Amino acid sequence: MLCDTISIQLAEVVDGESVLAPDAARHVERCLRCQAELAQYRKLLRALTTLRSDFAHVDDLLLEEILDSIRPVAPVHRLHRLNYRNRKVAIGGIAAAAATGAAAGAIVIASKLATRQRLAS
Amino acid sequence: MDELVEEAREGDQRAFESLVRQTYQDTYTLAYRLVGNEEDARDVVQETYLRAHKGIKKFRGDAQITTWLHRITANCASTYLGRKGRQRHESLPEDTDFADDHPQGDPVSRADLSALRSQLTEALMQLPPKLRAVVVLRDIYDLPHESIAEQLGITESAAKVRLHRARKRLRERLYPLGEEEARAV
Repeated sequence: MLCDTISIQLAEVVDGESVLAPDAARHVERCLRCQAELAQYRKLLRALTTLRSDFAHVDDLLLEEILDSIRPVAPVHRLHRLNYRNRKVAIGGIAAAAATGAAAGAIVIASKLATRQRLAS
Repeated sequence: MDELVEEAREGDQRAFESLVRQTYQDTYTLAYRLVGNEEDARDVVQETYLRAHKGIKKFRGDAQITTWLHRITANCASTYLGRKGRQRHESLPEDTDFADDHPQGDPVSRADLSALRSQLTEALMQLPPKLRAVVVLRDIYDLPHESIAEQLGITESAAKVRLHRARKRLRERLYPLGEEEARAV
């Protein structure tokens, strides 16, 4: 039996949930390559298990965001209810609207001044 | 934690908030492992707790609360990735630090394991999200195949196929030299 055929089966049986067919098991008993692969799978599985108690670093702001999102809402806090990305989008939108308003105001004032100057002359 | 769960089920907001405080780092870690970047992980975690908050009364307590949260996180991450996949291509995963909580064993094997875990974390992030999700949920978080399939919206046999492919890819990535040596045998 070819080792390549058995290779994927080793990934299946390494956790003990299933077993190799008798002919495949006999092959592995004699084949150093397959034995080495099986040992690697076992090592891999052990290492994966140990990752369970590793925690990714995260700032306290996330906790505040979560708690904020599950608390009863006061209207003034509605912005905080938005998730991380949507909040950035909302803040960006508010800033853009403010900038547009200011620009529009400046254009109106400038055009009024120009009209006055034309009328004066 | 069981008492808190019981109180939260009865509608105690403070108890639920305490549960959040005790579990959010774990939930974030899983979300990060599933989606591969910080910003998306934060969104997934928020969505997870919103759903958990709405559904806590239906939590029957036949599994650990953390397992229940893992299932919700997996479902949220799957939905999130599906939606994102339709919007744009996946960005490259970021580097993030993981705290090492495994001081056991002799120094040499500890160093070996530490190096392997670091390579493994990197290799996991290189996997396609669909393969990564299954191996993370099964081999790290010990969720049953049935539950993984349900949360990811796939069949149990598809989940198993993805798991075996993911393991194979991880092994090939972690032991490239071993692969060559093995072929030479």
